[in-house]
Amino acid sequence: MPTFYAQVFVTLKPSILDPQGRTVERALSHLDYANVSGVRIGKYIELTLTGERAEVETELAAIVENVLSNPIMENARWELKEAREVAGT
Amino acid sequence: MKTAVIQFPGSNCDADALHAARLTLDPDAQFVWHTETALPAGTELVFLPGGFSYGDHLRSGAIAARSPIMTAVKAHAERGGYVLGVCNGFQVLTEARLLPGALSRNRDLHFHCAPVHLRVENAQTAFTAAYQPGQIIEIPIAHGEGNYYANPDTIARLEAEGRVVFRYLDNPNGSLNDIAGIVNEQGNVLGMMPHPERAVEMLLGSEDGLGIFESLKACVVK
Repeated sequence: MPTFYAQVFVTLKPSILDPQGRTVERALSHLDYANVSGVRIGKYIELTLTGERAEVETELAAIVENVLSNPIMENARWELKEAREVAGT
Repeated sequence: MKTAVIQFPGSNCDADALHAARLTLDPDAQFVWHTETALPAGTELVFLPGGFSYGDHLRSGAIAARSPIMTAVKAHAERGGYVLGVCNGFQVLTEARLLPGALSRNRDLHFHCAPVHLRVENAQTAFTAAYQPGQIIEIPIAHGEGNYYANPDTIARLEAEGRVVFRYLDNPNGSLNDIAGIVNEQGNVLGMMPHPERAVEMLLGSEDGLGIFESLKACVVK
């Protein structure tokens, strides 16, 4: 049974205020990084799944949509790599 | 009114919720642990208390909303049974999709713990009939993630249908339209960030939360 590594990226929707991102952006500005804008803070989640690629993709899509993110306020995307593709890393 | 207070790992207002329920609604109100799959027979009110269920991991209320007892709570709500979610309980209700919208970080990133003033916007619900329309009440808040958000269509619908039950006079967290509490379409599920169970005795500074429990009690007598 193949093993897959999933990387999930969850971010607040653009319409949602991100007070953490704004605070970091202000701090960067205080540190004289005058060219930085649009700081948004999100979440990064890793998972390992086993199964055939098609079923793992379907399962992961459901996990991301139903549990790992709240579609009311967050966007999520994921990447899936088979273990042998990343062997040695 | 037979009351069940659900306990999740990390609930910390469960004892207050039970105390308020026993004082006002049901001397035999009891705790129900989150791993249970059924509510006690005859349960009329499910009280989802405040706290930090599962340490607020992933998102506040997210894991609790998917715990075993919630299937029974959803069935109870669908049957028309009453559900009251306070603070983390409100977050659980939105995560369980029993109420629309979501609660995110307070706009100033601070945890706010203070008495606040609310206006009773709808005094015709099962939870608010004991109040006067427009009555101003004082109830404490204690939360870091109470910033109510929903898409513009949902907000417009909540407003048009009178489902915004409580509104902050001085918005502490950035909630859209100063929303402090809402009911579902059927009117049997209330979620609110302020803690009415902490305002049922003058010893603790306010009795203004009593109205919610008195309203519910009157529903049963009817």
